Amino acid sequence: MDIANAFALLSNFVLVPALAYGAQLALGALGVTIIFGILRFANFAHGEMMSFGAMAAILATWFLQSQGVSISPLPTALLALPIGILAAIGMACLTDRFVFRFYRRKRSNPIVFAIVSVGVMFVMAGLIRIIIGPDDQSFADGARFLVTVREFKAATGLDQGIAIKQSQVITVVVALIVVAFLFWFLQRTRWGKAMRAYSDDEDLALLSGIDPEKVVLIAWIIAAALAAIAGTLYGLDKTYKPFIFLQILLPIFAATILGGIGQPVGAVLGGFIIAFSEVMVTYAFKRFLAYLGPDGWVPDGLVQLLSTDYKFAVSFVILVAVLLVRPTGIIRGKVI
Amino acid sequence: MTKTVALYYSLMGLVLIAVGFFQSWNVAFGILNLCLISAIMALGVNMQWGYAGLFNVGIMGFTALGALAAVLISMAPVQEAWEVAGGDLFLSLLSLAGTVVAILLARRAVPRGLRPYVVVLLLIPGYFLTMHFFGPATERIEAIDPALTGYLGGLGLPVLLAWPVGGLVAAGAGWLIGRISLGLRADYLAIATLGISEIIIAIIKYEEWLSRGVKNVTGIPRPVPYEVDLVEADWFISFASSLGVSDTSEAAGVFVKICYALLFIAVLAIIMWLAERALQSPWGRMMRAIRDNRDAAAAMGKDVKARHLQVFVLGCAVCGVAGAMLATLDGQLTPTSYIPLRYTFLIWVMVILGGSGNNWGAVLGGFVIWFLWIQAEPLGSWVMNVVTAPMPEGSALADHLVAGSVYMRYLLMGAILLLVMRFAPKGLIPEK
Repeated sequence: MDIANAFALLSNFVLVPALAYGAQLALGALGVTIIFGILRFANFAHGEMMSFGAMAAILATWFLQSQGVSISPLPTALLALPIGILAAIGMACLTDRFVFRFYRRKRSNPIVFAIVSVGVMFVMAGLIRIIIGPDDQSFADGARFLVTVREFKAATGLDQGIAIKQSQVITVVVALIVVAFLFWFLQRTRWGKAMRAYSDDEDLALLSGIDPEKVVLIAWIIAAALAAIAGTLYGLDKTYKPFIFLQILLPIFAATILGGIGQPVGAVLGGFIIAFSEVMVTYAFKRFLAYLGPDGWVPDGLVQLLSTDYKFAVSFVILVAVLLVRPTGIIRGKVI
Repeated sequence: MTKTVALYYSLMGLVLIAVGFFQSWNVAFGILNLCLISAIMALGVNMQWGYAGLFNVGIMGFTALGALAAVLISMAPVQEAWEVAGGDLFLSLLSLAGTVVAILLARRAVPRGLRPYVVVLLLIPGYFLTMHFFGPATERIEAIDPALTGYLGGLGLPVLLAWPVGGLVAAGAGWLIGRISLGLRADYLAIATLGISEIIIAIIKYEEWLSRGVKNVTGIPRPVPYEVDLVEADWFISFASSLGVSDTSEAAGVFVKICYALLFIAVLAIIMWLAERALQSPWGRMMRAIRDNRDAAAAMGKDVKARHLQVFVLGCAVCGVAGAMLATLDGQLTPTSYIPLRYTFLIWVMVILGGSGNNWGAVLGGFVIWFLWIQAEPLGSWVMNVVTAPMPEGSALADHLVAGSVYMRYLLMGAILLLVMRFAPKGLIPEK
């Protein structure tokens, strides 16, 4: 029985990585949920939007690095992040002006919007691969670890260490700031309230003099900014590879639906639930249980529910379960 | 109406013939074969989307199931694997079936409120019992000569049998998935099917005992002669010389492709005939009525959910057949090559361009889009060469742009989809 070591082990392999991953998913899901709340369609291009913003941030990072600009020990990418956000916002405004606005005026069916977003996804995927190429890109610099395994062991005297990557801390901190700002915006400001009203009841909002075009524009700006931040943080924490962003769309959609479509609080909640389930279901609890059990006892198998290959199957199973049991998601309703 | 159809099809034919004259006949027939397979996939999607308005973005999964069927039917069985692990595999299957039956029975026996708990309570021991047999069995299978086999192998039957079987497998999966996810709102259905297709690919990729996974299965037997045999066969050499062809190896390649093309045309013709019959029958009218006004159709006593399930299963079956055909043509199963942009969304572009709800349109869309998908590569590198021509020799940017020209095809497909949706939402050949 060794609770301290068991907890250290679990933190190192489950809690810390899942927290960072959850923050990335939450940011992505917030963007999807806002578009869903205001424009009422599932945006298949959101993954590519994340990729696009991250790509712009990476290009800016490289430029800054070549100029010798550095904010070490923090990664240069943080300095370049505003460029990524601006690029994503520009892209979102362009697609809205030249693609989505037409269907909005025609009041097309949500499926038509979804199909059109597939077209946007194709175009963005092509652009990204032409500009930066289909391969892995590394752009992280600065200090790698805040706490290394060795330091932790030396400080606490435990057998198990906890390593905390700098990118993980940055991810969580940035996500906290962004989410807090977003909620402040939605709850307190005039345009935030207008957005909530519009999401709640479009016709009533129009009657009370809210400009729909402006609401839509703000929704795109917020979603694009969130996407760029999420994409860059994901790239910083793991790796930037264009094709990953089509795969990550699934857990993001799952988080959105799990939390309740159009619900920002739900999106954050959903992101963390999905991330924690993905990591926990595919984690082998053998050593963790060995620490908790009587001395010298070790479980027979790996005590792993699913092999890590099926990571994203977890998010999907949750998605199906939610759709069957409680299609409205954890937080009911469709209010933004 | 029929005039435009004939015009479009003859134009497409002329373009393929032009490829034959200007590039090579091998290229032309290579494109034609994949055009035919794409056309069948587009027909499957058109059944679901065009007839019934179901937004299924899991085409990739059903195609891959068809391809898996091709492996499981046609590859030779690995005797040793069956000997060392057949018993345990059977026991794990038995425990799985036992768990399912126990859950179904228990759900009937206990009151409603307790059901979820009973299910979980039975699921956990059932899972561990199944894994107890399953885990060691698969390990033993994968340990057998991993460089060559390491999987169970197939049944060693003729590969042509795999085509209908691929359809059946995909239909079975479609039924299961449709039961769960149909009846959801349209965009939920899309997200659910997207997820399912990824899971199917993951299973094929990682369950090595079943499909060799990322080690790929190669050498799926062919239904047509091999080029190496043809080049040495007397009848083929005399046949080639009677046509005045001197290069026999080139001729053999074309001959094999023509054989495939004939087989594919036969399948396409059968599916097309059935699809057209279905569309013009009372059943087809009912499907369109449900699509156009679901509530009215339900009020007329049509069972919307059952009809949707029916058409969903049919569409999936067609995609499964196409998947099996594709694996046969490639002669291999490479799970990593299955990506949604190519196997799901590209098929969607075909249907939208061709004309949703019109089978002739879907087939035409399959031809046009596949042709463009292939030819976008030379086109893209040409465009990039023109763009980079004024740049200095050896400039890094120019090299980068030329290297990225392959991805012009994504740009092109996106542009086509957006333009068609905007300016011709009914497609090239609109629904009658």
